[in-house]
Amino acid sequence: MTANAFEALRDPARARMLADALVRVTSKIGRDPVSVMHVCGSHEQAIARYGLRATFPAALEVIMGPGCPVCITDMPEVDEAVVLAQQGVRVATYGDMLRVPGTAMSLGDARARGARVDVVYSISQAIELARAAQEEVVFFATGFETTAVATAAVLLADPPPNFSVLSAHKYIPPVMEIVAEMPGARIEGFLAAGHAATITGWGVFEPFVAEHGIPVVVAGFEPLDILAGLVRLVELILEGRAAVENMYPRCVTREGNVQAQEKLWKVFRPTGGRWRGIAHVPNGNLRLRDELARVDARRRFDIDLATLWASAPSPLAHQCICGDIMGGIASPDRCPLFGKECVPDSPVGACMVSSEGTCRIWHEYGGVDRRLGAMGAIPPTGPSRTHVKVLP
Amino acid sequence: MALVDFWGVRKQVRLDVVDEPVTVGDYVLNHVGYAIRRIPAQQVEATLSLYEELLTVAATDDLMAADVRGEIAAGRRERGDR
Repeated sequence: MTANAFEALRDPARARMLADALVRVTSKIGRDPVSVMHVCGSHEQAIARYGLRATFPAALEVIMGPGCPVCITDMPEVDEAVVLAQQGVRVATYGDMLRVPGTAMSLGDARARGARVDVVYSISQAIELARAAQEEVVFFATGFETTAVATAAVLLADPPPNFSVLSAHKYIPPVMEIVAEMPGARIEGFLAAGHAATITGWGVFEPFVAEHGIPVVVAGFEPLDILAGLVRLVELILEGRAAVENMYPRCVTREGNVQAQEKLWKVFRPTGGRWRGIAHVPNGNLRLRDELARVDARRRFDIDLATLWASAPSPLAHQCICGDIMGGIASPDRCPLFGKECVPDSPVGACMVSSEGTCRIWHEYGGVDRRLGAMGAIPPTGPSRTHVKVLP
Repeated sequence: MALVDFWGVRKQVRLDVVDEPVTVGDYVLNHVGYAIRRIPAQQVEATLSLYEELLTVAATDDLMAADVRGEIAAGRRERGDR
């Protein structure tokens, strides 16, 4: 197959039409701001990469919530991985995790001091590492249900005896409840992450919508997917209709990927736990079931966090507002450290580390400057064209 | 295991958790080296018509939209699409 059928989902003419539709629907609400939240780092990446934010109407606030799996990995979870690495266990993990600050240090710092830490693209590479190695290999498993299904598949496929998993996996649906109820929250609708919903199905959001009366629209990750998802979400807000709508039917069904769910729940059980910067999230953490104790690094090793107690976190960390950013209360440009003490090369907070972190994305793509308004990648057509202000 | 082309980059992808059997020429949704969904090719067309439907509803009172729709049709003709 030569042409990629997905090319059409990046078509500028169609994007312009949807961007215009978004302006019109938002203006019909007649309020400023109308606030919606997406809960996925990949949505923020696509919004920044394709310059979509510059096409959003000024009255529409599109906030990134706790959708960066690296950012919400709690400090004690990083500490566990660091301690294991320092105890001489070989730790493999996704690249983004390397520089996430723990209490005393990151996994990258531990590696610089001689610990064996391997970066892998996929957990299947960690299995290959373990097969080729004599020593114990622990996979520090982070990410949402989308990533957790890969971990589950590996653990059900007879991993080598020197392989185990330190699970910091998180489950998205419960955190939406927390964010919706946060003091100061003003979220009127959620753009749900299409990839997580590919696993869980869109039906998983129905109880949330019934309880909170907030619409949820499942959206994909191409520019047209995001624009169309936002148009539909703002329409639902305009109509005052709390419903779940699936704007990503090519990947998401009501039931989701049932086969993957079976594997997921065979391996993991949901349990309450802290998400960094957010709160304690009931049922928000995925831990290995008792039957899998043999491959659970927490039961296989004595992880003594007290060895880190002598170290205090960086004093700058107290000024970091990652928690507010992930809760959707503040944007990165409100942080005194953003772009100054906190940059991708020497991050203070987790949001500046990951390619899915809000601060990192804003730093890389320049965030959004409202003065530039219509000068983004997709200039709007129609009446708004006359309002383009060209700045020096 | 399947060899997958990502906009020009080739990579091995595992098929342990994919929802349906996959054959050569299929599109899949990949996450960390695992296919999590087989995307039927006709679903892309279905997506586009879903979005066009959205525009018809959202843009009934907008003349500009008709212009842009013309632009899309012209673009299609240039590329030799249906």
